[in-house]
Formats: sequence, structure tokens, C-alpha cells
Amino acid sequence: MTSRDDGTGPASQVRIRAGLVNRLRQRYPLRSVLLGFAAPIGAILFAALASSAILSLGGHSPGDVFQTMFKQAGKPTPFVDMVNQAMVYYLSAVAVSIGFRMNLFNIGVEGQYSLAALGAAYVGGQLTGGGPLHIVAEVVVAVLVGAAWAGIAGVLKVYRGVSEVISTIMLNAIAVGLGSYLLHKLGQSSGNNIQTKPISSSGQFPGISYSGTHSKIFGFLIVAVVLGFAYWFIAGRTRFGFRIRVTGLNEEAAVASGVNVKRMTLVAMLLSGGVAGLVGLPELLGQTHTFSQTAQSGLGFAGIAIALLGRNSPIGMALAAVLWSFLGKSANQLDFIGVPREIAAIMQGVILLSVVIAYELVRRYRLVLQQKDVAAQLATGEPTERDAPSAPVVTA
Amino acid sequence: MTTSTVAETAAPAPRRFSRTSPSLLLVVAMGAFLVLSAVRTFTGGYDLTSSGTVAAGLSAAVPIGLAGLGGLWAERSGVVNIGLEGMMILGTWGCGFLGYNHGPWAGLLFGTLLGAAGGLIHAIATVTFGVDHIISGVAINIIAPGLALYLTKVTFAHYEGGGQKQSPPINDAKAITLPFSHWLHTIEDKHWFAVSDLAGLIGGVTTRLSLVTLLAVLVLVGSGWILWRTAFGLRLRSCGEAPYAAESLGVNVYKYKYIAVVVSGAMAGLGGSALAISAHQFRDGQTGGRGFIGLAALIFGNWRPGSLAAGAGLFGYTDAIQLRSSAAVHALLLLMAIALALIAVWQWRTGQRTIAVVALVIAVLSVLWFADTKKVPDELVGTTPYVVTILVLALASQRLRMPKADGKVYRRGEGH
Repeated sequence: MTSRDDGTGPASQVRIRAGLVNRLRQRYPLRSVLLGFAAPIGAILFAALASSAILSLGGHSPGDVFQTMFKQAGKPTPFVDMVNQAMVYYLSAVAVSIGFRMNLFNIGVEGQYSLAALGAAYVGGQLTGGGPLHIVAEVVVAVLVGAAWAGIAGVLKVYRGVSEVISTIMLNAIAVGLGSYLLHKLGQSSGNNIQTKPISSSGQFPGISYSGTHSKIFGFLIVAVVLGFAYWFIAGRTRFGFRIRVTGLNEEAAVASGVNVKRMTLVAMLLSGGVAGLVGLPELLGQTHTFSQTAQSGLGFAGIAIALLGRNSPIGMALAAVLWSFLGKSANQLDFIGVPREIAAIMQGVILLSVVIAYELVRRYRLVLQQKDVAAQLATGEPTERDAPSAPVVTA
Repeated sequence: MTTSTVAETAAPAPRRFSRTSPSLLLVVAMGAFLVLSAVRTFTGGYDLTSSGTVAAGLSAAVPIGLAGLGGLWAERSGVVNIGLEGMMILGTWGCGFLGYNHGPWAGLLFGTLLGAAGGLIHAIATVTFGVDHIISGVAINIIAPGLALYLTKVTFAHYEGGGQKQSPPINDAKAITLPFSHWLHTIEDKHWFAVSDLAGLIGGVTTRLSLVTLLAVLVLVGSGWILWRTAFGLRLRSCGEAPYAAESLGVNVYKYKYIAVVVSGAMAGLGGSALAISAHQFRDGQTGGRGFIGLAALIFGNWRPGSLAAGAGLFGYTDAIQLRSSAAVHALLLLMAIALALIAVWQWRTGQRTIAVVALVIAVLSVLWFADTKKVPDELVGTTPYVVTILVLALASQRLRMPKADGKVYRRGEGH
């Protein structure tokens, strides 16, 4: 572009646009973009095929099943339900992925969130008034309890070298017993169920209305979105996030560059547990307002799958959470057409497995293409147009 | 078992373990037995050493031990198998599917085969496609329970005794009782110090011993023998320690990993079948995390078959105690305090002062809890095995070393 150009004339706009397109094409070559989409789409197609095969073997029509599921997802009440579930899954996935970034495998989200929800419900039930501070108190209690429970595993890992995989499995099992003991101690009976004292209105998180249904989207959605941004910013844009990643990728390099690995491990575990503490809150503060044995379980394990599926990226995990929740919720309708709803779990698992296989295949294919490019480049002695010219040819 | 007879690992470990001599092990075991016996006499928690507890503990240990053994096979070849739980579930379903009309052994065989099929999926994903081992395992853990319930609903749900979440009943596998075991019970009922406890111990093992349990013991010994005493086992373990070195010596690493992971699935399936047989049917959620506990037993046992079995035994024993009597669990508090005090003394002497103090504090708290209450709250009783495991891992110094290339993705020809 020339210096005279003021950038407002039609000709220069065209040029700017062309320049932008070129830059985009350089940064994201078409081939690379296509390959990027090939993995998840191919995997979902494969999962659809595999589950169709299982359905056909069981004597059910795959077409009917998929149609029922999509129709169900379009109705207002199930849609709200689905958004709420996805939000909860997302929180759990973020908690798990904080650990994953540092090569810590926090299987204990399950126990952390159930104890945290119990703690928040108890404290929330005891308090009255206080306006927004009531909610803040509940959230703080949940985060602290979740972090404390995860902290046990963190301390054991750092000071005693106990694998966090083992300790969190044990802590999950202990949390089940401890939770039910505390519920009996702290709760009150209602009917044949024991529950904590209901949270008064000031401690309830207002919901968001959705046209066509009385169910409300949990207001906690805002917290989940903010958390997503915070996660993206801290993990990708701060020194702290960088240190966490470095420690996860190469511990020796981290030590050499002055990272205190023990402290980072402990901090990552506490953060992961703190976020895990939030998992039970959307339902507690938005709907049930009391904690009982019927509170949702299994969210921690779903979080592991979603974090893996979304590859620890904030956007990826959000998409994965929506997909997971769509499959799980819309399958409830299948019982009405005589198809076991468990087909959804099969689909979820197959998608997870085939997505990672597809990513791996694409990665290998990229490598082959890059090698070919380099070979061509060396033969002709000039850069090729096929891939980004400035892209590094050496891959890990 | 094989603990004291194991040969060296394939790659020289940076730090060799001093192998405990059999005689020392015997002394420790006898000391533990006498303490147990004393606590039993003092507290009157007779179920601590009753034949019923021993028998129940043994049968509870079998599925956990088999799952752990599945983990041993996979991880010794360098593949982490967190999908054991799912493969176990496939095993329970398979056993229920064939078990109710073809008998327990047909069920057991089919359950084992289904477990192996789960292992095959894991092998394809991790070995051929090089997928992260944890992801593949998690996926299998998601698919398996769904598949088992789906299949239940399309197969035996409407048969007599079956249901939406369970199979029709399976017949019991044959059990053997040794002729002298009835007078062991007479001795046991006298509640004499040590003598009655020994009678309970032997009586529990020799009365109505299921053939499935016996099979599990054979599989355990056999696995230890194959993995540590044969050329095949050496090659398999070399894949878990240094796959590229093994490759350079002409070992077909892919093949060994495939075999190991499929066998691993079969073991988990066998464990699931044993569970279904002892419960007389397949039920949804029957495994209750035993696959994970098996994994814990594996790590607890330092990736060795003998100590793995000991870990599984500990789980089985505490599980049996909490099911049988709350008095015994109450007595277990005292037992735990003694064990912790011993650990404290030992850690103090090895210079681990902090650990020693922590152990002592927990020991004192346990004694206070024991003295202050008549029984442990019901809800907490179930957590016994897990608390014990955490305490052992945290306080007893253990130098755990997993196979060096465990969980690492291997691709032929890429070792630089």
C-alpha cells in the first residue's frame, strides 16, 4: 500500500480486503482449516454410524431415534434443561482441565463438588437476609470446601509422592460416606428424605426466563461464562498460566526456569478443587435450594470426558458440554418409542474415542504433508505455496 | 507368593529395591497376627478374625485382585488401563447373559471374553492409533455401562427373574469344604487368644471355598510366573520399561502390547464374572468402582503381583468387616491406632520426624475416638477401606516405581 492512500476510497477498500484475505490465507491455509474440521466432523459421523449399527442390531430404527432426539431438543422445556445441564458439565470440565494443564489427573471432582454443595447448602440455609452477600457466602463456602478436599490430594502428592489418581479415587469414596454422615447430622427430615434447611430467597440465584416454558435457565450461567473467560485469560495470557503449562509439558524445563513445581502442583490442585466446588451450585441455588441424597451425581466423571473432548480449550469444552448434554437429555425421550436411552451413553463414549482417534490421524496426515512440502521445497529451492510459507517445518 | 522370588526388571532401575527376606516377612506377619488377636480379645470384636469375615474378605478381594492383575498386565507392557472398570462391567453382563441358563462357568467364560473384547478396543485405540491411554480408558468406562444396560433391555429384561437393570439368577459355582473345618469352628467359638483366631483364619479359607476363588489364585500365581519367569514375560515387561530398546533388540512391541492389553481386559472381565457369580446375578452398577480400587491395589502393590494381592486382601478384609459387624469396625479403630503408632516409631527412627508426629497424632485421635464412642457411625463404616489405604500410602514410606514407559505413546521407529 502506498503512503498517499488514505484508506477510504473504494479501490483501497478492495485492496485492504484482498490484503486481509491474503493474510488470513497465510495464517490459516485452506488445507489446514479443512483438516481441522475433518477430525470432529468425521468422528461424529463415525459415532452416528456405530450407534446406528448397534441400534439396528437391537432391532430399532436409527432414523426414528435421531429424529426423536432432535425433535426433543427443539422444544422449549427440554432446551432449557439442556442448557442448564451443559452449564454444570462445563464447570466440571474446567475444574478437571486445570489439573490436566499440569498433568494432574483430578478424578476427585466428584467428591469435591458433592461435599462443597452440601457445605454451601448448609451455610446458605443458616443465613438469612444479607442480599447478594448471601449468595457470595454460599459460593465462597463451596469454593473453599472443594479446594480443601482437593488440597488433601495435593498435599499428599507434594509431600508424600502419593499419586493424585489414587488419592482422589479414595477421597471420592470417603466423600460419599462423609457426605451422608454430615447430611444426617446437619440436615432435617422431610418426608422420607433428609435434606438441609432450605435456602431463603436472598440466597437463591435468580433464573433467566425463556419463552414458551416455565423452567428457567440458571442464572449461574453468568458465573460459568465469566469463569470461561477467566480461564482463557489466565491460562493463555498470564505468567502464572504459562508456568502451569510449562510444568505440565516439561517439568525439568520448568524447574530450570525457576518454577517451584511443588507449589504450582498444590496451587493447581487447589484451583481445580475450588472450581469443582462450583459444580453443584447452579442446581442448588437455581432450583432445589436444598441439598439431599437425590442431588445429581456423576458430574465429575462427565467433566473428565468433556475436558478431554474439548482438549482443555474454553471454547472446545463449551461445545463438548453442549454436545454431551444434548445427547444425554434428548435421549430421555427415547423410552417413549421403546428404545433404551442408554444408547446415548454409548454415543457419548464412541464420540469421545473417535474424536481423539481422528485428531491423531489428522496429525499424522499433516506430518506427511509437511514432509512432502519440505521435500518439494528442497528440490526446487523455493518456498512452496501449498502451506503457510512462514510455518515452521520442524514439528515436535 | 512371588514377592520374594521376583527376578530383576528388564531395564536396570536407578534405585534397586532391597527385597524383604521371607523370614522377616514371616516375623512381621506373625507380629501383625498377634496384635490382631490381642485387639480382638480385648475389644470383643470377634468378627475381626472370625471365619465368616475371612471367607467374606477373601471373596470380596477376588474381583479387586483380578482387576488389579488386569492393570498389572497392561501397565507392565506400558499401557495405562483406566478402563478396567468398564471391562469389568462388560464381564458382569457377559456372565449374567450366559450364566442364567448355561451355568456359572459358561457365564464366566463369556464374561472373560467380553472383558477381552473391551481390552482389544483399548489396544486398538492406544497401540495402533496412539491415543492418550487415559482418554481411551475413560471412553470405555462411559461406553461399557451404557452398553451393558442397553443389551440388558434388548435381551433378558423380560425373562423370569430378569429386569430392566438385572439378569435372571445365576447358579452358584461349586464350593469346597475341607473335612476338618467343622472342628476349627468349635475352636473358634471358644474365643481363646491366638488359637481361636488362627482357627478362624484357617476355617475361613477352608470352608465353602468357591472354585472361582481358587481359579483367581491360580491366575495370580500364573501371571506372576509368566511375567517374571519366562522369556515372553521379560519381553513384555521390557516394552513397559524401554520400548525403543526392546524394539532395537527385535521385540515386536506392538504385538506384546496388544497381547498384554487384551489379557488385561480378560482379567477384568474375569473379575466382573466372579462378582456376578458371587452375587448370583448381573446387576447394574454392581462393580461399584472396583475397577478403580483394583488400580489402587496395583499401585499400592508397587506393580508386583504378590503385594498387589496383599493390597486387594486389605481392601477385601476391611470391606468384609464393615459389612459384617460394627463392633469389629469399632475395634478396627484401636487396631489402626496401634499400626499408626508403630509407623510413627519406625518413621521417627528413619529420620522422618514430621511424618512420625502426624502418624502419632492420628493414632491418638483414633484411640480417643475408640474410647469416647460405642460404635462408628453407620455412614462412615463404609469408608474404612479407603481411609486405611490413604493412611498407608501417606504415612508408611513406600518407594513406588511404576514401569518407566508406562502411559507413554509408542510409535515404531520413532525413538530418537
